Amino acid sequence: MIDILNAITLLANYIIVPSLAYGSQLALGALGITLIYAVLRFSNFAHGEMMSFGTMISIFTIWLFQSEGISIHPLPTALLALPFSIIITIMLLLILDGTVFRYYQAQRVQPVTFMIVSVGVMFFLAGFIRFFIGTSQKNFADGERFIIKASQFKQITGLAEGVSIRTTQAITVIVTLVLVTAVFWFLNKTRTGKSMRAFSDNEDLALLSGIKPERVIIITWMLVGALAAVAGTLYGLDKGYKPFVYLQLVLPIFAAAIVGGVGNPIGAVIGGYVIAFSEAFITFAYKRFFTYLLPEEWAPESLVQMLSTEYKFAVSFVLLVIVLLVRPTGLFRGKTL
Amino acid sequence: MTFFEGIGMHAGYGASMILNGCSISVDKGQIAVIVGPNGAGKSTAMKALFGMLPLREGSVFSDGRDITQLRPEQRVLLGMGYVPQTNNVFPSMTVLENLEMGGFVRRDDLSQTISEIFDLFPILKTKQDQAAGELSGGQRQQVAVARAMMTKPNILMLDEPTAGVSPIVMDELFDRIIDIANTGVAILMVEQNAKQALQIADMGYVLVQGENKFKDAGTALLNNPEVRQAFLGG
Repeated sequence: MIDILNAITLLANYIIVPSLAYGSQLALGALGITLIYAVLRFSNFAHGEMMSFGTMISIFTIWLFQSEGISIHPLPTALLALPFSIIITIMLLLILDGTVFRYYQAQRVQPVTFMIVSVGVMFFLAGFIRFFIGTSQKNFADGERFIIKASQFKQITGLAEGVSIRTTQAITVIVTLVLVTAVFWFLNKTRTGKSMRAFSDNEDLALLSGIKPERVIIITWMLVGALAAVAGTLYGLDKGYKPFVYLQLVLPIFAAAIVGGVGNPIGAVIGGYVIAFSEAFITFAYKRFFTYLLPEEWAPESLVQMLSTEYKFAVSFVLLVIVLLVRPTGLFRGKTL
Repeated sequence: MTFFEGIGMHAGYGASMILNGCSISVDKGQIAVIVGPNGAGKSTAMKALFGMLPLREGSVFSDGRDITQLRPEQRVLLGMGYVPQTNNVFPSMTVLENLEMGGFVRRDDLSQTISEIFDLFPILKTKQDQAAGELSGGQRQQVAVARAMMTKPNILMLDEPTAGVSPIVMDELFDRIIDIANTGVAILMVEQNAKQALQIADMGYVLVQGENKFKDAGTALLNNPEVRQAFLGG
């Protein structure tokens, strides 16, 4: 019995807790990508850099607060910096929309042209960000590090395995829950949110109904800006900020959006968790897990690891390919690509 | 002068002219039907009347006002409703949300209009929380018409409302359209099912090559041997 509990605790500590946090970060990112796809109809490759920009603004704001001695201990100062980062990221996206994307919208270019434009924006932003903050790793998590440490957990429960929950993990999950709920409430209950969905569903009919495309597009960029700033900051808070990492991050985020059904907001959120959990389940070394569950003489000698952690990204792509082969519209019905 | 009319309309796409001086008019409470062979410019005439295609010659009047230069959205505000032939609902949104979007330009309370529309289309009331894309063809057409009714238009334009529905559903849709006309709305529609449509039409137009070939009361056109011979299959 104790062995089973130990095995479960082991999984909770190494898979469930980290994947919930990582999945939340992917879900927020995928939600942003899916909103752009649904309304503006292109795959926004610059999304990772938009997240990176939001994180950079958070870091600058945190440094400012720290030098002024403002903090909300035991919570990380990042929470206090989020509103500023959201506002400035939204401003950046509106400027990009006005100077770059609107030009191509007026020309009614193909989605593929738009995608290439977003790649251009991605490179521009990547350079812009490095120009200000450099390329080195920045850790900006302050406040209390742990909600519960593995050692404390062991002491309380008397198990051989412990679950540690870091403050940043808990904050990630809670902020995601709040933000995702707010976005869904906005999309489903408000007049403006419904007009966004209507525009995404049938652009011509939306025009006939008097819905103004410019307004829908601006609202979309604002939502995306908020989501990108929060997703990026939470990821950086949890794992440390390094501009290069955000370029890679856009890959599992795209996988999440497509696996869930691109253009479908619920799908994007679920897709984020699907990707995070499958990465963790497949790259986890099950040796200790089986040692607990199997009789002693059956205990495995190897690590019992399906793939080493370096192949983490490959997992999301294999999943992506499987979904595209078996169910091209994604787990939840999205638009066909 | 009739309530709504397009006079001497010339329009086309690029170098090809589709409309060559056709004129169409409809009065309040009346049903006008445009019929004609494929490629005669029926749908193009509707688009021209609604401002989705610019006129090269001719003009459109509504309630005595020249609206030729107005964009479609502006015409909606003036009380024109348009139901496109295809893609005429928001498929992933519920029936109720479709109606709300139909009344998007209205800032006042929509509930009165919605309940009136549910009286007119009782089936939609029972399906109000279902996604419009999941409904049958006939029900979806009802949603499409109901959406356009949300602005309380005095001119309702329908582009082939019965395309692809069964004869029974077609009769029901026509009944609804007569009901709407009886409330004082001017109705202009293009129909593929010419015989049935002309039966309910106060005024019928037979378009050929973008020109008015015949123009008469609906029943008169049905009894006109030349029209029967050429366009109604004997």
